[in-house]
Amino acid sequence: MNLTSYLALAAILFCIGLYGVITKRNAVMVLFSIELMLNAVNINLVAFAKYGMVPNISGQVFTLFTIAIAAAEAAVGIAILLALYRNKGTAEADKYNSMKG
Amino acid sequence: MQITTLVLMVLLPTLLGFLIILLGREGLSKKATCLIGVITTGITLIGSLILFGKSFILSEVLPKWNFTWIELNQKPIQFGFELQPLNVLMLIIVSTVSFLVHLYSYGYMKGDERFSVFYSYLALFTFSMLGLVISPNLLQIYIFWELVGVCSFLLVGFWYFKTEAKRAAKKAFIVTRIGDIGFFIAISLVFKEIGSFELKDLQIAIEQGSISSGMITLIAILLFVGAIGKSGQFPLHTWLPDAMEGPTPVSALIHAATMVAAGVFLVANTFWLFEAAPIALDVVAYVGGFTAIFAATIGIAQTDIKRILAYSTVSQLGYMMLALGSVGYIAGVFHLMTHAFFKALLFLAAGAVMIIFHHEQDIRKMGGLWKKNRVLTGLFLVGCLAITGIPPFSGFFSKDEILLAVYQDGRIGLLIVAIIAAFFTAFYMFRLFFTVFTGNTKQKGELGKVPRAMTFPMIVLALLSIVAGLVEVPTNSLSSWLMKGLAKPITTHESSIFIPVIAVLVSLLGMGLAYLIYGSKRISAKRITGTIPWLHQLLVRKYYIDELYRYLVIIPLKGIGWLLQIFDRVIIGGLVRLGGGIMQILGRMGTALQNGQAQTYALISVFGFVILIVSLLAGRILK
Repeated sequence: MNLTSYLALAAILFCIGLYGVITKRNAVMVLFSIELMLNAVNINLVAFAKYGMVPNISGQVFTLFTIAIAAAEAAVGIAILLALYRNKGTAEADKYNSMKG
Repeated sequence: MQITTLVLMVLLPTLLGFLIILLGREGLSKKATCLIGVITTGITLIGSLILFGKSFILSEVLPKWNFTWIELNQKPIQFGFELQPLNVLMLIIVSTVSFLVHLYSYGYMKGDERFSVFYSYLALFTFSMLGLVISPNLLQIYIFWELVGVCSFLLVGFWYFKTEAKRAAKKAFIVTRIGDIGFFIAISLVFKEIGSFELKDLQIAIEQGSISSGMITLIAILLFVGAIGKSGQFPLHTWLPDAMEGPTPVSALIHAATMVAAGVFLVANTFWLFEAAPIALDVVAYVGGFTAIFAATIGIAQTDIKRILAYSTVSQLGYMMLALGSVGYIAGVFHLMTHAFFKALLFLAAGAVMIIFHHEQDIRKMGGLWKKNRVLTGLFLVGCLAITGIPPFSGFFSKDEILLAVYQDGRIGLLIVAIIAAFFTAFYMFRLFFTVFTGNTKQKGELGKVPRAMTFPMIVLALLSIVAGLVEVPTNSLSSWLMKGLAKPITTHESSIFIPVIAVLVSLLGMGLAYLIYGSKRISAKRITGTIPWLHQLLVRKYYIDELYRYLVIIPLKGIGWLLQIFDRVIIGGLVRLGGGIMQILGRMGTALQNGQAQTYALISVFGFVILIVSLLAGRILK
């Protein structure tokens, strides 16, 4: 196995996540997609830590940080989503258009 | 006392008075306002009297004083004062009449709501006029010249709720403005030629011959154009009779005694300039002479008491110009002084007459005042006799000087014109007198009363109108005093016996005719106007000058204005709207993007990112 296949996997995951963020109507699905994108980045970090030009442990340590922060982010995101659901009575992302100029 | 202190004593009180009345107009009572006005002008009057005493009686030469205001290309522009005899004389005239008018206005304006505003304008006017008459340079004269113009505008339009007053104020401002442009060009030319606004420098430059004679003539004529506007001379006289829409004390102070004489003062103050330009002197003389007779004939047919006096003022100012144009410096200035006193008296008396008849101005509706108010009749008669030039009233001496000056100058045509104008003057003044004061009262009901605050100033002015001639005749002290202010002496006139005799006879003739028609009614006025109705109509309509200006100037100008307005609306406005429209469309396109969908925004960001990456890569590959 070499670096390229890991990077390719990460890129595919990232694109799937991005596609989900842009197209999914359900806000929960959008949040899931964001997790996908984050994890794509994590794969990148780990891959570089193992097969990069200067392999060392710090990439994996950063991945642990990112996972922790992603957990916190998911918690905040779901909390906001709940609040929005209570206010607007819907979880459809395209109904949240109060930013309209 | 220092001269500068004295000058400050003359100038500052009125300015302070203006500020106090302006700032305190909510709190001050009418009496306090009037008191402030009278006290400040009183101090001014005392200061001017001291200066006059120093200059006239003690024969001191008063120093001039200057400070540099700003520098323009290393050329200093100065401010200061000058106290030649002419300036001091003007100070006396302005402060005396202003003081008396302040006093008189207490009676006349008592019922007016904007009493304090009126007094503040009066104070500002007095200040500006005093500043004007002691200015040593043209720029300073011009600044104060415009200030008095503004005050005149404000005071003519004082009763702005009357349409006529509003229109008259605008007319006064715009018509004098036409003259002011001439004045302004003259000042600019002077600065271009000698690089200084100082009258002294100009005088020196002319003596040294460093300005070409054509340029001197041009400057002199343009200065005179300014004087024409301010002093209501022939082509620009139309504003002065209309300015009578203002309150009567204003007519007495501004439009009879002081401001309208500013034009005469300007010509007298730059007399050496006119002497160096014979053509300009001719222009002054002919315009003055023509105005004198022209306005006098209009005065015959008018029926509004104040308008008759206004045309009389125009005519008398024409006399002064005629005198100056005939190298009669002393005569012109002398008549300026006497005229200030007796015309102010006549206007104040006319104001009293109007109070009695409840603000009626049509003399045909008046009559029989002699039986009601002997004092007023006497005062008015003094004014009439003075302006008509009956000895020993002051008008006789000054008018005599003028006729003498014209005679000596050798323009016999103008002399005849002046004498005929004197006849008309006598006729219209006594037509006014007999119509208002003799005969039967035509108004029913209670007549108004003249307050004492109004009578006193009139008595003072009447005394001045009687004795003012004594400063010149028989001792010649005025002329020798005024002569000191001139660089080179002017040849004095040999007195001649037949000129005054003719003048008095002609005036008596005019009075007699007026008596026959309007006093004893031996000759019917109707029959005379019946035989020559077109002439009467011509005079009533003031030679159709207003109508002429309307069709020749106002309507074409309005047409041009209309065209320009269309141009502005369609083309300029169109361009502006086009610019605005484009921006609006762009904005609409921008708002279409802002649909509030976070997902759309994300999509756009991704597109942007892709474009960025692609272009970066393309750049790298192409390089």
